[in-house]
Amino acid sequence: MALFATILIPLLGGIILAFFPAHRGREIKVFAILLSVATLILSIVLFAAYDYSAGGFQFRESFKWLDHPMNITFSLGMDGISAPMVLLTGIVMFAATLIAWNIQHRPKDFLVLLMMLVAGVFGTFVSLDLFFLFFFYELAVLPMFLLIGVWGSSSDFGTFFRSKEYGAMKLTLYLVAGSVLVWVAIMAMFWASYQAGTPTFSLEELRSVEFNDSYKHFQNLFFPLVMVGFGVLAGLWPFHTWSPDGHVAAPTSVSMLHAGVLMKLGAYGIIRVGLELMPEGAETWLPVLVGLGAVNVFYGAVSAMSQTDLKYVVGYSSVSHMGYVLIGIATLDRLGMGGAVLQMFSHGIMTALFFALVGAIYDRAHVRDVGVLEGLAKRMPMTAAFFAVAGLASLGLPGLSGFVAEFLVFVGAFKTYLPVAVIGVIGAAITAVYILRLLAKVFFGPIRPEWEHLTDASRVELGAAALLAFVLLFVGVWPLPLMDVINAGVIEIPGILGSG
Amino acid sequence: MSLTTNLHLLLPEFLLAGLAFVIFSADLILAEGRKHWLAWISVLGLIALTVLSLLLLWDRDELMYGGLFHVDAYSLFFKTFFMALGAVVILSSIDFAKARFSSQGEYYAIILMAILAMNIMAASGELLTAYIALELMSFSFYIMVAYLRGNPFSNEAGIKYILIGAFSSAFLLFGISMVYTSVLDTRFVDIADFLANAGDVSPALWVGLGLMLVGLGFKIAAVPFHMWAPDVYQGAPLPITAYLSVGSKAAAFALVLRMFSEAFAPAIDDWRILIAVLAVATMSVGNLVAMSQHNVKRLLAYSSIGQVGYLLVGIAALSQLASNGIMLHIVGYAFTSMAVFVGVIAFFNMTGKEEIKDMAGLADSHPFLAASISIGLFSLAGLPFFAGFATKFYLFNAAANEDMLWLAGIAVLNSLFSLYYYLNVIRQMYIEPKPETADEEHEMTEDGREIVLSQKPSLLLIGVLAAMVLGTIFVGVYPFPIVEAIEAATQALAIAG
Repeated sequence: MALFATILIPLLGGIILAFFPAHRGREIKVFAILLSVATLILSIVLFAAYDYSAGGFQFRESFKWLDHPMNITFSLGMDGISAPMVLLTGIVMFAATLIAWNIQHRPKDFLVLLMMLVAGVFGTFVSLDLFFLFFFYELAVLPMFLLIGVWGSSSDFGTFFRSKEYGAMKLTLYLVAGSVLVWVAIMAMFWASYQAGTPTFSLEELRSVEFNDSYKHFQNLFFPLVMVGFGVLAGLWPFHTWSPDGHVAAPTSVSMLHAGVLMKLGAYGIIRVGLELMPEGAETWLPVLVGLGAVNVFYGAVSAMSQTDLKYVVGYSSVSHMGYVLIGIATLDRLGMGGAVLQMFSHGIMTALFFALVGAIYDRAHVRDVGVLEGLAKRMPMTAAFFAVAGLASLGLPGLSGFVAEFLVFVGAFKTYLPVAVIGVIGAAITAVYILRLLAKVFFGPIRPEWEHLTDASRVELGAAALLAFVLLFVGVWPLPLMDVINAGVIEIPGILGSG
Repeated sequence: MSLTTNLHLLLPEFLLAGLAFVIFSADLILAEGRKHWLAWISVLGLIALTVLSLLLLWDRDELMYGGLFHVDAYSLFFKTFFMALGAVVILSSIDFAKARFSSQGEYYAIILMAILAMNIMAASGELLTAYIALELMSFSFYIMVAYLRGNPFSNEAGIKYILIGAFSSAFLLFGISMVYTSVLDTRFVDIADFLANAGDVSPALWVGLGLMLVGLGFKIAAVPFHMWAPDVYQGAPLPITAYLSVGSKAAAFALVLRMFSEAFAPAIDDWRILIAVLAVATMSVGNLVAMSQHNVKRLLAYSSIGQVGYLLVGIAALSQLASNGIMLHIVGYAFTSMAVFVGVIAFFNMTGKEEIKDMAGLADSHPFLAASISIGLFSLAGLPFFAGFATKFYLFNAAANEDMLWLAGIAVLNSLFSLYYYLNVIRQMYIEPKPETADEEHEMTEDGREIVLSQKPSLLLIGVLAAMVLGTIFVGVYPFPIVEAIEAATQALAIAG
């Protein structure tokens, strides 16, 4: 029941929350935090209990959902790739629920939707059946429209105006458009298994179905749908534009969950549904993915450099960092792939930390304009310190988690796609430029007089930030516990290269 | 075989007709203030008849009158469905009828007649029986659509509907006669025999089938025969709009599904592409035009045209799996659509308004209504946790399995289009602030009557709404029991050929 509980706690908790009287804001928030504590503990226990020497899917549960010929089972399991993702979700969810303490407007509805989102994310990571993987994937997308539309913020850039409704609608339609492609691919896979006489949606059974000879052609046809469909959510260029707009419009805790966890669903989907079920199609198309990933890294970094809004900087840097994930996946190299999964984890924590701190600044200064914010470290020293940690992790400073992940991705890429690796390194250099410039300008240096009245982030916000920063540091210094588990998952991906 | 040996199997139909006449007669003697009792009597009667049908007809599979009338699991499934749906429609009409109808009693009796017609549509095994049942249903709807006597929109809708209806019936009847000239029989089984054995079929049969498709296309509002639907939906009283969009479509598909599987299945390769094209046109036009609507009823009219397109995808695929998909989608769509409509009815009872922009701020003033309508809309768009996701997944997968992945792909793409306009309604309710106008307490009708608006939704409506929302979630999360029942039903519907 342990894996099922990761879905049930937020889901049932959210339903119970819905019956709280709306004016009891404090009780509602406390209950939500209790839920997230329970989920956090559960996800840590699950991760720690995963036996990486045995590998494979563990903590399995299975319930029949629909009989033959549909053969849908509600089947759960966790392997070395999903285990770090479950842990990540637990951590980011806890931090985001803490940050949601600041929500004053209709906090009940907000937290109910947030819990639904988290249930969807957990469900996607632990489902072993295509139907339910897709079910939870869409469930995670569903609450985003309201979360952004109701609690988000519009941005006025003088020359143009980006309303929160725009961001919400764009994000929702992009993501659902991506899922349309995925849905078609799922139908195609089921159809193929139906033709082969063993109709199934099970991820494991689909791997061993004996397809006929035309199946290679089939994979070449449908792998791009999975790649692009899930890629949209992972911020794959050129389908990434929803991501900065959506993150900027979203309220802080939603940005944290969204950039921190939800974008990883996309990358996870590419591995789980794309690489594992259609290895031959992957072989054909991975060079394209690696190219797009390289564009992601470079384009995201250059765009981030020219942004003036703090949230847009972080948003585009997410696009850039997800590029490393995509490159790592596309190398199909054991080290590169491991790096990609680690980067998913590391970027999730890092970007959640970024958004939490930007939110704290915005709540106090009511602007996010880099041109106006100067010398905040004088009045917000702790915020500045944590921002520096996140920034340094982002540019890949050794000792923080980003370094380990990007290093592995580079090693993988140098073996397989040398030019891409070079672009990746250039991207990292650009990241260093804009992050250091940002740190110098916004935090360190003479303070502007209008910011003299600012106060540092609240204790709750600092608590959340401290947890995230601690994880960044821990993984940076001692990545072994995480890497052992990730490797156990990576070596089972069909067609994976490199044995050392 | 004597005509009366199995007469007791028709007991539910006889009793239902009797119930309708009881309501008609009681309407004459009941005092004006007590007319809503008739609604409760009808609902109780429907519940009793549902129980009776289940007890009497469980596990029966008989063909009556030499093939005119089926008593099987398929017709029992739909009988139960139509009676339950009718009860829901009656319950959600009570407040509306009290405030707005000049004569309430007949209204409930006519709904009962429509239910009777639907039951026979699902059971008929022959073209003329089907035609007569279809006409009975259509006539009931002609009256109900025009039931708001003083309202010019309602009158316009009634006229439009009856003219188009008569026109399409002519097509249908002409088509049936053409089929008859070739086959020399109107029973489904004989048509199937004829198609399976005849090598070269006379073109008259194909012309006949084409004309029947046109006639049925009008009835289910398939594009390009859909022009009447938005006007009729807009003019009809709201509960009848709901009934039109769920009941009449479900009944028409109950008939079409049986007709195509039992009569025309052997020639599937000849008409499949025709239905597929019809499906693509219907769902695309319905969903694209819905985007530009600003009236809730018109929006839902176009959205239901889109849903008809999805169901036609299933007809084009026509396997047992696809038949299951069609029926599952109908059940899920009924819960979902009724959730939306009952929410809108409750809103209309309070405000007398039906523009989408009037719903601004509903989430603040009536969170339960707004949440229920949103759940319904998300389900219509095919998002998970709600019926729409599971039923569409099943239906489209079934189509893909019949080598029609392209059609299923277009259907999925259409779901994306639909999400856009559903989200716009949700946006009005949740994001836009409530307009600064004072709530009106009265509404004047065109013929000078004054209608008292209710201050809040009645407990009855809230109860019905909650039941529909729970049903929507139930079908979305655990459709297993319903799929079991449907599988039993479609097994009775042996696909010929």
